[in-house]
Amino acid sequence: MDLAYSPEYQSFRDEVRGFIARHGKDAPRRFGLSRPSSEYLAWQKLLIANGYAARTIPKQYGGYGAKPDILQSRIIAEEFANAGLPTGLSGQGISMFVPTLLELGTEEQKKKWIEPTLKGEVVWCQGYSEPGSGSDLASLQTKAHEDGDDFVINGQKIWTSTAHAADMIFCLVRTEPDKPKHEGISYLIFSMKTPGIEVRPLTTMTGHAEFNEVFFTDVRVPKTQIVGGRGQGWFVANATLKHERGMLGDPNQAGTRLKEIVGLMQKETLDGQRLIDNPLFRDRLLQLQARVLAMQFHGLRLLTAATKGEDAGLARLIVKLQGCELNHQLAALAIDALGELGVLYGDSPHLRADGSWQHRYMFDLGLIIGGGTAQIQKNIISERGLNMPREPKPAKV
Amino acid sequence: MEFGLSEDQRLMQDSVNRTLEKVSALERVRKAADAREARAQDIWLALVELGVPGMLIGEEHGGMGLKLLDAALVAEALGRHVAPVPFIASTVMAPLAIMSAGAARQQETWLPKLASGEAVAGVAISERAAGAREGGGVTASEGKLSGKALFVLDFGAADVFIVADKAGGLHLVDAGARGLTRVQLTTIDLTRSIGELQFDNVAAEPLASGDGKLAFRRMLDAGRVMLAADTLGAGWMMIDKAVAYAKERKQFGRVIGSFQAVKHMCAEMAAELEPGRSLVWYAAHAFDELPDEAPLMAAHAKAHLSEVGRFVARTATEVHGGMGFTDLLGLHYWFKRIGLDRQLLGSPERVRHEAAVMQGWAAD
Repeated sequence: MDLAYSPEYQSFRDEVRGFIARHGKDAPRRFGLSRPSSEYLAWQKLLIANGYAARTIPKQYGGYGAKPDILQSRIIAEEFANAGLPTGLSGQGISMFVPTLLELGTEEQKKKWIEPTLKGEVVWCQGYSEPGSGSDLASLQTKAHEDGDDFVINGQKIWTSTAHAADMIFCLVRTEPDKPKHEGISYLIFSMKTPGIEVRPLTTMTGHAEFNEVFFTDVRVPKTQIVGGRGQGWFVANATLKHERGMLGDPNQAGTRLKEIVGLMQKETLDGQRLIDNPLFRDRLLQLQARVLAMQFHGLRLLTAATKGEDAGLARLIVKLQGCELNHQLAALAIDALGELGVLYGDSPHLRADGSWQHRYMFDLGLIIGGGTAQIQKNIISERGLNMPREPKPAKV
Repeated sequence: MEFGLSEDQRLMQDSVNRTLEKVSALERVRKAADAREARAQDIWLALVELGVPGMLIGEEHGGMGLKLLDAALVAEALGRHVAPVPFIASTVMAPLAIMSAGAARQQETWLPKLASGEAVAGVAISERAAGAREGGGVTASEGKLSGKALFVLDFGAADVFIVADKAGGLHLVDAGARGLTRVQLTTIDLTRSIGELQFDNVAAEPLASGDGKLAFRRMLDAGRVMLAADTLGAGWMMIDKAVAYAKERKQFGRVIGSFQAVKHMCAEMAAELEPGRSLVWYAAHAFDELPDEAPLMAAHAKAHLSEVGRFVARTATEVHGGMGFTDLLGLHYWFKRIGLDRQLLGSPERVRHEAAVMQGWAAD
């Protein structure tokens, strides 16, 4: 047990702080689910050039080309978070498609797509879920039949965030309808401007359209635009899903949220009494503080395991479930402490924190459901973490 | 940066676990509980063999000079095997108090005996750690103690007690001292000995060579981390037993562990309890290396493990169905161990209030 960083890492931290001191003023504001602004593109370029974004992506594909070092990555994330600066672009192109291509793409695909994706010039969306295929993703029905040198795609995707702003989609389609469900899927990449694609915004309970539905009618895609082989799509997709689950349930986000709530409870009053002086709300705050600390230290434990190349097993599998639930409970406490003020929304007078606590409370419920529902996570924890038996398959009909 | 156990720590915990697996099997625990043994002598001797009683005591006094994180790993193993032996007071809290506030002569007298397992120490600080009930509390006047102390830890086998008085002082009291009445209390958990001390002008030696307030604080923090670790160990054993049972028990022609209703209960227990391990490690590490953070982390570890421990204890029992409710299966020893841990040295509610005070979020 040694929580100090070695001198080598301390000097790396100093470097990062130096960069932030010099360039922090040029940082753009964070952005939501649309295309990055020109200001953000410039910031991304600066970050890549200095190794604070695309750090471990090889140089020949437009990355910085550093050796993977989990502690360095963490130091960068910590310092940017402490300074309140946006890190490099994320989004599904950078966090999911690029790692997939690096692992399974052809040389030509890597050369063509990785660099513009990293720079933020090409924005991607992910076409996985369908109305009839959520948790049972492998049952997906969007079909691609062969016609000469092309696949012709018909079907529908849902929960496609950024589809309205995306240039490209990486998409799972059924190319081999006669094969068993996991073996009949291919992973295709194509332009969102291809004729036959219609994007409809999907408004959620938050009142915002954070997602879209995407409809495909006779969309022609050259057969060469495939990652992995025909029928390999399920395995290609699984290589990326692990990247997605790693992003959800980040304990540092919960830490930031807890600090905000402490500030809120110290500032807001009810009948002239500060909210933090109410013993009931205060007890809930303390209960959640313990949970946040436990998840943060749990994160340090996983980090240590990762630096040693160890698989933390069960300890890793619980992060999405626990982290998303914790964030949700934090938002719930903020709302309850605010009481009637906590239900104000939109552009209402007396609004607190731009109505973001209600937004987070609702959006977090989406995160509990998305990226593998809480129930799917519990299947994974019990089956892979505790070696419990799988649900028996229903009899074939 | 390394947040984890060293190879030595893993080996040490493995060896304690392996020993306890042999000597503290369920039938042995049951025998100790039925006979109200204050200390299961064979289990105690096996731990003495491993050097456990002296693990925190300095080498100059015959101990091993290890850290609280090491003690937390042993506490976890003891909880896992519901071991009916003294530990929290005799191995952890009393030696810490004597080492930090005892005079050289007091250290010479007691530390070697505690380290070798020749003597056992109890700790009577409940009135200050968890609050005074029924007029409890001890007053010191001219070297003599009066009053009473409830919920004394490692009570039955103790040769000497560390007693906290109402004014903040700590005292050493011989178990056979004149005017001292010892009353055994019966809790749900028959694997640990808890009692009451009544003082009628009892001779006591003050532990007054160091900062008494600090010695009390350190003893309390260490005790809280041990209770959290004990619950961690007991809780994981309950999960392991529930999972094993669910993979064996058949209903409707299937093992019940293949029903999502059952396996999700197991997943929830694991997901709730496992981050608590990191909190226990951190709290113990803070006690050893980051003293400013230690009281808050000990409080959080104690309160949090109490909460998730309770959830695990009831859920694991439910997974066992009717069998979980029987005496025959013996699962209740773990259930009750976790139940006692929760209330000792401050209930979760009280401890969280203290944590709020420490952070300036509440008035004392």
